[in-house]
Amino acid sequence: MSVTDAPFSVDKPRSPQRPAARRSNFELYSWLFMRLSGLLLVFLVLGHLLIMLFLDDGVQRINFAFVAGRWASPFWQFWDLTMLWLAGLHGGNGLRTVINDYARKDQTRFWLKMLLYVSMIVIIAVGTFVLFTFDPNIGN
Amino acid sequence: MASTTAHSAGAADRAGNARLGGTLYRGDPGMWSWVAHRITGVLVFFFLFVHVLDTALVRVSPNAYDVVIETYKHPVMVLFELGLVGAVLYHALNGIRVMLVDFWSKGTKYQKPMLWTILAIWLVVMIPGSYYLLVKGFADLFGGS
Ligand code: HEM
Ligand code: HEM
Repeated sequence: MSVTDAPFSVDKPRSPQRPAARRSNFELYSWLFMRLSGLLLVFLVLGHLLIMLFLDDGVQRINFAFVAGRWASPFWQFWDLTMLWLAGLHGGNGLRTVINDYARKDQTRFWLKMLLYVSMIVIIAVGTFVLFTFDPNIGN
Repeated sequence: MASTTAHSAGAADRAGNARLGGTLYRGDPGMWSWVAHRITGVLVFFFLFVHVLDTALVRVSPNAYDVVIETYKHPVMVLFELGLVGAVLYHALNGIRVMLVDFWSKGTKYQKPMLWTILAIWLVVMIPGSYYLLVKGFADLFGGS
């Protein structure tokens, strides 16, 4: 065990071929996004769970009329819309990392990610559509 | 990122290269906190998928929505709801811990005490929360309707 064993070879610092300027910053932004969205989701999701499960009669009081009452208010519409987009993107981006970590074959990774992207689009599109086209009188 | 750390520690270990003695990450509580963060995150994402679809039934008909939402009201579903709250709460608290490790200058130094702290907060919230929901569930199961 010699201390001088260098585990990796290190590029010469000023060698002209370094492609640094061409790299994309996507992973950096996605890392930041996970943290910022996480911070907002603490309030949005824990607040949502508190309201739905613990306040008043909890889950027993939820029905169509309850949702209609809540979505009559722009505040809860905005709350749900933000929560929908942030949870969908944060959870989806998180799952992308998980797939990258565990999928061993390029093909598996490709198809798992396609499945993931389709589910993200379904979640966000369906949720947004429902929120914007909600009709409290649909039953009449 | 946590995932990168776990993998490089594992690789060093397998190569018999762990000469840094006490700093090995594998098997450390820090690794398990990351495993649990990952599992809870994935489970909550799966729930979100189902949940957006069940909520979408409000666009079909009030009756369709009410019938499906009934399933959440069965007393046994209290266990599922507690599991969901427990998972989201752990993920949220540990997420805050991860952010403190990343952005707070003393974060890495205190990562372990912070882990015990969030587990304590988790218990302090989950014990009364479970008690409340379970008592309500039992009342619905035996006394209800
Ligand atoms: C068992 C626990 C839960 C119950 C009983 C519940 C209940 C509801 C209800 C009744 C709505 C209709 C809109 C409203 O009244 O605001 C809703 C919408 C929503 N919930 Fe939950 N929720 C639960 C857990 C969660 C969790 C853990 C998340 C986040 C991951 C979440 C995310 C959402 C989103 C994004 C919407 C809006 C959906 C849309 O725009 O179509 N919910 N939830
Ligand atoms: C409640 C507030 C939340 C906070 C504070 C939070 C925080 C975080 C943070 C900081 C990360 C990055 C971890 C890392 O880079 O090592 C993360 C990862 C992740 N989150 Fe969240 N999150 C929250 C809610 C959610 C929700 C609602 C979902 C699901 C829809 C979710 C799913 C995930 C997944 C799948 C990962 C990837 C895990 C991994 O790579 O190991 N999170 N979360």
